Amino acid sequence: MRMFAPLILPVFGLGLAGALWAVATLLLATDTPILANFAPVEALRAFLRLVADPLMWEHIGVSLQRVAVGLVVALAVGVPMGILTGVSRAFAQTTTPLFQFLRMISPLSWMPIAVMVLGVGDAPVYFLLAFAAVWPILLNTSAGVAQLDRNWLMLARSLSATRFETIFRVVLPGIVAHILSGVRLAIGIIWIILVPAEMLGVSAGLGYFILDARDRLAYPDLMAAILIIGALGFALDYAARWLYQHWLHKR
Amino acid sequence: MNAPQPRAATLGRDRATEQVLSAERLSFAYAKSGTTFEDVSIGIGRREIVCLLGGSGCGKSTLLRVLAGLETARAGTVSFLGQPLNHPHPRSALVFQQASLLPWLNVFDNASFGLDFKHQPAIEASARKARVREALAAVGLAGREQAWPAELSGGQTQRVALARALAREPELLFADEPFSALDAITRAEMQRLLVEVVHRWHAAVLLVTHDIDEAILVADRILLMAGKPGHIHRQWAVDIPHPREDHAEAVTTLRMQILAALRATTEGAAPTLAAAPAPTPTPTHS
Repeated sequence: MRMFAPLILPVFGLGLAGALWAVATLLLATDTPILANFAPVEALRAFLRLVADPLMWEHIGVSLQRVAVGLVVALAVGVPMGILTGVSRAFAQTTTPLFQFLRMISPLSWMPIAVMVLGVGDAPVYFLLAFAAVWPILLNTSAGVAQLDRNWLMLARSLSATRFETIFRVVLPGIVAHILSGVRLAIGIIWIILVPAEMLGVSAGLGYFILDARDRLAYPDLMAAILIIGALGFALDYAARWLYQHWLHKR
Repeated sequence: MNAPQPRAATLGRDRATEQVLSAERLSFAYAKSGTTFEDVSIGIGRREIVCLLGGSGCGKSTLLRVLAGLETARAGTVSFLGQPLNHPHPRSALVFQQASLLPWLNVFDNASFGLDFKHQPAIEASARKARVREALAAVGLAGREQAWPAELSGGQTQRVALARALAREPELLFADEPFSALDAITRAEMQRLLVEVVHRWHAAVLLVTHDIDEAILVADRILLMAGKPGHIHRQWAVDIPHPREDHAEAVTTLRMQILAALRATTEGAAPTLAAAPAPTPTPTHS
């Protein structure tokens, strides 16, 4: 019994939110009957149906694949750039204002340009996700390099390490914790950008499903999709946090 | 558990290489501060344990870094095994005050770290493992190969750092205050261990320290560094047999001599600093 004690309050909080949701739809439906479709019972029924539907899993799979591609591209760009920023003062001074400027632009602002340049399809979505996710990874990486133990670098030098060996044997492993916390932030951002990004010119994915549910007037499906998005995001964040903790404990 | 054999081929060379390291008239200055040390000449013989003793700020650590090839002198030459030295030599090894173990590697991998680097002499993986195992056994860490650095005590991490240096089978081991972060008992243990393993490995040592007792306990020769800019003020050959704790009288006599010399450097330095402007290298400088 004691094992479940830490779950009592969280479950109570979620239950309370569900109750408020039920009450809100009930009250609002008296004026606007169509809103009864958004009630939790309808949503849960749709949720159970959708979870059993292979088509839904295809949408989820497509969305998760986009998350993965966006994250990989963001890592491939952000980590080397972050290391460069961390090791080269000139590079840092050259790029910092530009990065701070770009970072503050909502990635979705690039949507029209992305579609014009990259065409309709997955490419602009990948671009938007990677563009949104690259900043936390880049900034965390360069912070990690700045906080590296100077003695490790001295050790590398005393062992006549090449630049390549220094980066791959000392710097990179030394900043994994920082990169992982960047990844966790990046996943959060990607997951938030994903749904609106999937509302442009693609024909699968959770964002697409939301618009499609709206057009089909399948409101319980829409609410169920929102629940699925929340649950998956929660799971992704949990996984990223576990990865981070796991790495820290190993050390 | 055999210690590496003395390298007969290298022992028989001409007299110039009898010294592992020789430095002539070294000076060094950091860009932002004044001259750190000036006109320092040092020779270290094979298997010789040389202690560089001095107060903080006398430039002894910087001198070690120059001799190890980590910094470039402003003037003077360093040669290692008869060759001019520009980079850390593969046959030298360093131990610092901080063990600087890599926390993501276990004890074994820390001790073997760097042996497979490109600029190191290539050795087979099996030989490398044997070397590392032997070095870890010599520092008393046999059986702890799989432990993580975070699980070790301060003394143990410094043992791993020593094993990491020994695994390179160095001709010369540079040690920059390697035990000054340890408690007194552990430090005494480590000093004995250092003497024992470098004898077994036939390595020479340059040990930088501010601890007079440490210098007397381990050194074959003590160089006292003092002044601003630093220079070698005096030196003593120490021929007290090991373990030196058993020769209290000889140790005390030497200790008093060194203390007297130290006092002379500080007393001598104060008036000159007050009277004369910053000492600059001039032809009249003796």
